[in-house]
Amino acid sequence: MGMSEDESEREARGLGRYERFRGDHPIVVEGLVNRFGEQTIHEDLSLTVNRGEILGVVGGSGTGKSVLMRSIIGLQTPDAGDIEVFGRSITDAEPDENLGLRNRWGVLFQGGALFSTLTVGENVEVPLKQFYPEIEPDLLHEIARYKVVLSGLPEDAVSKYPSELSGGMRKRAGLARALALDPELLFLDEPTAGLDPIGAAKFDRLTRELQQTLGLTVFLITHDLDTLYEICDRVAVLADRRVIAVGTIPELLETDHPWIDEYFNGPRGRAARDSKQRQSDAETMDNPPPGGA
Amino acid sequence: MHEGALYEVEDRGGEGARLVLSGPYLVSTIGAVDQDLRGIERELAVIDLSGVSEIDTVGAWIASSLAARHGAQITGASERAQRLLKAVGQLGEGAEIRPERVPVYLRFPSEVGAIVRELGSGFVGIVGFLGQILVAALGIVRHPSRFRGRALVRQMELVGVSSLPIIGLMSFLIGIVIAQQGAVQLAQFGAETLTINLVGRITLRELGVLMTAIMVAGRSGSAFAAQLGTMKLTEEVDAMRTIGISPIEALVIPRILAAVVMMPLLGFFASCIAIVGGAVIGDLMLGIPFFTFLSRIQEVVPLYDLYVGLAKAPVFGLIVALTGCYQGLQVQGNSEQVGLKTTKAVVQAIFMVIVLDAFFAVFFTEIGWG
Ligand SMILES: Nc1ncnc2c1ncn2[C@@H]1O[C@H](COP(=O)(O)OP(=O)(O)O)[C@@H](O)[C@H]1O
Ligand SMILES: [Mg+2]
Repeated sequence: MGMSEDESEREARGLGRYERFRGDHPIVVEGLVNRFGEQTIHEDLSLTVNRGEILGVVGGSGTGKSVLMRSIIGLQTPDAGDIEVFGRSITDAEPDENLGLRNRWGVLFQGGALFSTLTVGENVEVPLKQFYPEIEPDLLHEIARYKVVLSGLPEDAVSKYPSELSGGMRKRAGLARALALDPELLFLDEPTAGLDPIGAAKFDRLTRELQQTLGLTVFLITHDLDTLYEICDRVAVLADRRVIAVGTIPELLETDHPWIDEYFNGPRGRAARDSKQRQSDAETMDNPPPGGA
Repeated sequence: MHEGALYEVEDRGGEGARLVLSGPYLVSTIGAVDQDLRGIERELAVIDLSGVSEIDTVGAWIASSLAARHGAQITGASERAQRLLKAVGQLGEGAEIRPERVPVYLRFPSEVGAIVRELGSGFVGIVGFLGQILVAALGIVRHPSRFRGRALVRQMELVGVSSLPIIGLMSFLIGIVIAQQGAVQLAQFGAETLTINLVGRITLRELGVLMTAIMVAGRSGSAFAAQLGTMKLTEEVDAMRTIGISPIEALVIPRILAAVVMMPLLGFFASCIAIVGGAVIGDLMLGIPFFTFLSRIQEVVPLYDLYVGLAKAPVFGLIVALTGCYQGLQVQGNSEQVGLKTTKAVVQAIFMVIVLDAFFAVFFTEIGWG
């Protein structure tokens, strides 16, 4: 099949294909090695993400979760190993290289990373203008508005500057920008860190809803045990510079790695599991008649 | 094969038209048809999505807003399309994304007004800031253990020692220019030897300190503003306050003291190097031997010229550091502010230094140090 003019123009603008990814594994990492000077962060790390799942990534602070994410999105050139995203190797790509992939994923950085001189609405418009300059301002504004609403912010938040928002709202604004291009793959770096428990639970629910409606694959770095129990399909555990285990939480509990054991069976791990248990009990039980017993 | 988004309007007799969408309706393809779809004048009764091969929220948004505008019914939506249509929902009358811009004829006078008001409030602000610093300084005098010796030394190094090369080079060149240009003019009266008076007096009295102040404003005043501004943005200043550290004591006073102490030294250094520059030209152009030039300086420059220069220097240092720190602490909200306030700090500092220098010139002449 020869390349049409249309296609080569799209390629020049760094755009991916029209079709959604139909393979099974949008992200495949093999034998990844990352070093900063003397310090080795990842050694022979491998990880495969299934299409349409929410993969939770856990690990102690400083085990290199953010660095792993940065490697996958091509912001950090690894020292060795191979990374494929949507079936395309990005290992040798430079951080600013035109990958033909960047419009197919959205990223919510740990600190939000909103552009502080732009309003929330303009923040959402930035990636749209960058990739699709042909979209007229009318539509651009409408897209920004419904994305902001979709991310759980009130509509009038579009005209606010990041400095006027609370921490939770800033996370949601960051999410709106991450969703601006209708990506297939969403990276969230500790989205609920620093939120109150109610806000965090709402954000979890929002993530789940969006993942189901938009058919997203989500790479979710988190420390929040409730998040893991509530919304993650599988969990990958980062320790000893590798992914030591991947699986559902019951599967992980069966391995007897000391870190995993301590993480899920420590007081907070148990509390999160119990609350999940109570919740599913309550859902299966018929409501007792009021004033009964 | 790739196709773009397509659409077709089918007439259905009396029943109202039917809009058939086909192909991919995605953020990447929508730009081509969006304006056309908006421009459809005919009354639509049905929007048929059964031919749509791919859809995302943008496609769903277009379909749903079209349906709402025409009161049309959406048919043939795939399961995914139905989910997306439900998710994007409808928007109310939206808030503006970019806050309204005021028309030019109103904006211009209001901006002029704002500048005038800011001049006033800026002056009041700086005086108030100076007051805060004096109070904090008194506190340090009473509790000398709170004095930040290490920070002061660090700032003295940054303001003073590390600017020696650039200030030296600048002064040397200025000395050369004054001597060379002066000699050309004075030669018309056969008074080339007066070049020595010219170089000695003008550098010690005026230019040495003035040019140094301008250089320090550009180098250190801007650094103060950018540094404190960034600390303000990252909430470091707030963090200090909550721990009970006064930002004035910890950040501002060391910087101001450093500038006040280093400015006379730098000014004196600059004057000396400028004289050396003049002496080099004297040797090369006028035939005055290098060391004769230097020793003649002693005879022709009254000592009070040196005093004038040295008296002005700490005041200039105070102004430069004060505006730098003040503007830095005014930063609020976003990164653009850091740039704006840094510019302001430098411009204000240089402006005030030059205005004050004019006052000083008149003052010292009046008291007989002419
Ligand atoms: N740009 C960098 N230069 C040097 N070291 C870095 C850099 N980025 C991260 N690191 C180190 O890599 C390790 C992992 O960091 P990170 O991925 O941010 O941890 P986390 O798992 O908490 O997200 C840390 O020890 C950090 O100090
Ligand atoms: Mg991190």
